[in-house]
Amino acid sequence: MKLIVGQGSCGVAAGAVKVYKALEEEIKNSSADIELGTTGCIGSCYLEPIVDFIDDAGEKTTFVTVDGEKAKEIVKDIVAGKAKENECIIGDEDVEAMAKQKRISLRNCGIINPENIDEYIEAGGYKAIERCIKEMTPEEVIEEVKVSGLRGRGGAGFPTWFKFNAARQSPGDVKYLVCNADEGDPGAFMDRSIIEGDPHALIEGMIVAGYAIGASEGIIYVRAEYPLAIKRLNIAMAQAREKGYLGADLFGEGKFNFDLRIKAGAGAFVCGEETALLESLEGNRGMPRPKPPFPAQKGYWGKPTNINNVETFANIPFILANGGEAFAAVGTEDSKGTKLFALAGKIKKGGLVEVPMGMTIREIIFGIGGGIANDKKFKAVQMGGPSGGCIPAEFLDTPIDYKSIQETGAIMGSGGMVVMDETTCMVDMAKFFLDFTCKESCGKCTPCREGTKRMLEMLERITEGKGEPGDIEKLIDLGEFIKTTSLCGLGQTAPNPVLTTIKYFRDEYEAHINDKKCPAKQCKELLTYTIDPEKCTGCTICARNCPASAITGTLKETHKINQDLCIKCGKCYEVCRFGAVAVE
Amino acid sequence: MVTITMNGKEIKAEKGKTILECARENNIYIPTLCYDETLSIYGGCRLCVVEVEGARNLVASCTTEATEGMVIQTESEKVVKARKNVIDLLLSNHPIDCLTCEKAGNCDLQDVAYRYGVREPSYIGEVIEYAVDDANPVIARDPNKCILCGKCVRVCDEIQVTHAIDFVDRGFGATVGTPFNEPISYEICRLCGQCVSVCPTGALTNRQFEGTRPWEVEKVTTTCSLCGVGCTYDLNVKDGRVVGVTPKPDSIVNGSSLCVKGRFHTDFAYSPDRITTPLIKKDGEFVEASWDEALDFIAEKLNKIKAEDGPDAIAGLSSARCTNEENYLFQKMMKAAIGTNNVDHCART
Repeated sequence: MKLIVGQGSCGVAAGAVKVYKALEEEIKNSSADIELGTTGCIGSCYLEPIVDFIDDAGEKTTFVTVDGEKAKEIVKDIVAGKAKENECIIGDEDVEAMAKQKRISLRNCGIINPENIDEYIEAGGYKAIERCIKEMTPEEVIEEVKVSGLRGRGGAGFPTWFKFNAARQSPGDVKYLVCNADEGDPGAFMDRSIIEGDPHALIEGMIVAGYAIGASEGIIYVRAEYPLAIKRLNIAMAQAREKGYLGADLFGEGKFNFDLRIKAGAGAFVCGEETALLESLEGNRGMPRPKPPFPAQKGYWGKPTNINNVETFANIPFILANGGEAFAAVGTEDSKGTKLFALAGKIKKGGLVEVPMGMTIREIIFGIGGGIANDKKFKAVQMGGPSGGCIPAEFLDTPIDYKSIQETGAIMGSGGMVVMDETTCMVDMAKFFLDFTCKESCGKCTPCREGTKRMLEMLERITEGKGEPGDIEKLIDLGEFIKTTSLCGLGQTAPNPVLTTIKYFRDEYEAHINDKKCPAKQCKELLTYTIDPEKCTGCTICARNCPASAITGTLKETHKINQDLCIKCGKCYEVCRFGAVAVE
Repeated sequence: MVTITMNGKEIKAEKGKTILECARENNIYIPTLCYDETLSIYGGCRLCVVEVEGARNLVASCTTEATEGMVIQTESEKVVKARKNVIDLLLSNHPIDCLTCEKAGNCDLQDVAYRYGVREPSYIGEVIEYAVDDANPVIARDPNKCILCGKCVRVCDEIQVTHAIDFVDRGFGATVGTPFNEPISYEICRLCGQCVSVCPTGALTNRQFEGTRPWEVEKVTTTCSLCGVGCTYDLNVKDGRVVGVTPKPDSIVNGSSLCVKGRFHTDFAYSPDRITTPLIKKDGEFVEASWDEALDFIAEKLNKIKAEDGPDAIAGLSSARCTNEENYLFQKMMKAAIGTNNVDHCART
């Protein structure tokens, strides 16, 4: 019998460490013969802390939203032979949501212990690299990846085999492999979950890629804000080295040496851009280089370099172990395999999901994500983070594939899906993302450095009620200019949130500018709070709670808000028990 | 060789050349602010963008190699609009004080704004105010006028190999800074002024030129007298008086490079302490003498010492301000005429 506690960052944040300790204590007290284990995130972050029970017959029972007390109950129920009756058992709906997914890159996440290489090997790990080195030439490996149809999961969707091949064909004795784990989009945590839950999948993927392109050194550029991921990678690398999967002469074939090291990023979003990442790796300020030359020609220290993100590498062992055809059998004609998405924002079941390409956005948000939190109305979903765009309700049936997503004006991106409901102001949302890119611009090129700032200022004015006719056209004009003239991908995509919200929610911009109103009632400066004399009972609660002393009125008399003093904090609206405060 | 078409004209270009290089070789104007042929390619200002048939975006001509069959427009409507936007954005975060700016008349930003008719910025918003650094006597640093072209950073790193300055902070707040934001000084930099030479705006200026308009000076090419390298530069002369020095980029010896002495120490010419004739000490006082008088005096003394105490009683020390030829002649004189090996040079270490 075994109990496994999910201890990814999400589980730990939800209290998994306490749960683990409580289980440990209770198992000791009850002298039950239960082994206790750890695993990474299964993806259902909204159910954390999650505990899996594997009985002697190998059957799994999942307990969710466990805490210290409930953990003790679980052990007691197991000992009493009535584990299935425990109140924490996962609901059918959540099991179904899990069943709709197709897990390739997450195949081991939430199942194996990420700190134990034997569990990875037991799950079929390191078979792919063994096959590559013993049976295949690097060209055959690249061909297998070509057959799989895998495209880069970092955002641009470039065919992975092509990048491998370019680095392989590029002349030079020394070549490098780099993993971009500088995941920086707000609301995105795909890479972190893979590394925390299955670090060996990344390591094996990189060894295969190193073999394919002819590199003997790989570097994982992971952001320093991911301490648990770095810790588990270090453990995994040490174990792989001990087993001979990293180091000199892998599998004793006299063919291939390969080792990995970690570089912790210092916290700049732009370092997710591959050439800025290379600058940072070389010890310089993270600023993009002009392309061409591409990294495959001149990368790290000017040598041919292949850069891919974590999810891309994590798919590689599956492809080489099961064949490219098996991967290509999943997904659509132009987008093969699966895609990870981090569901965040106003969604019921936030977390990490892996779905086959071709599934519709509706199916992901409503079928798997459970729909909108508090049963509000769906308004839009931001895909691709600050570089992406919003997709409104009318495109909910768009299938997830590179081409279809791009046609909406958004991008596949690395997998961030921020869901917005009817209470989200789209101008405010665009302002949020632009504020992010504006601050994270490296400052190298004029359009991005100065242009995003001027766009942001226009949005600030619009949300403060100082917008002027013509502002929308000016935003579009400046946005298109920044997109077409910026040096790197950050600038070339930074205006997307603004341009797509204008495309789909132009009426909201117009309401802000022309009517000085925020339809979603989010932009403070545009709100007016008033008290309906018909409904006001003169209870004085609003006046007593008003931090600005803007409400006048005595007991049992109609109260009134002095608009000159009102700071629009909404406190009166919250505290009124008679619905007498109206906001316009 | 590759064949490209630029503004409808067929051009043969060496393989590996950028679009910008091809254009300049064929006298086709493409404006730049961050490009300098002596420095590494940067691609930051985006003013040199051109339209290439089939390309998704406008391309920076300074970073893009001209390839076979490329069809390029350097002044299309789209290109001109983008350039105006670049200038507009730069001006929106730049003091509009050309009337009193020291750089007026010699400013690349002013030139491109004039050429593309951008009178004033159309974007209104924050303008960051930085303190002006004029704590040293020769270089004035006004970050408010900096357009982040990065030429100063590159010249300091790549040519001078000092790397005293670099970019700090991000995005709109990015600026060129010194370690710990200290004022420019001899402790952190060599004060060579290479950065001043390459700055396209009034962000870095030579303080010796304060009060002098660029069109008021006559440039007189000369050789620096301060050491044996023999750098060529232009003396800038206003009303018959040397104001300061500017490099002469086609100089064979030094290109645009100058050191702190060559660039800033022409003021010694007007020093009241400057010695302009030989001096001979008579009755404990230095008295002005003619060259013949001085040379006769030295010859007589040397001969006397050599006769009385032998040639090895004499030693010669030469100056680094002399040329190689002069140094050669000096040691020759010591060895052949005086007859001693006692000769040394102040720069020997």
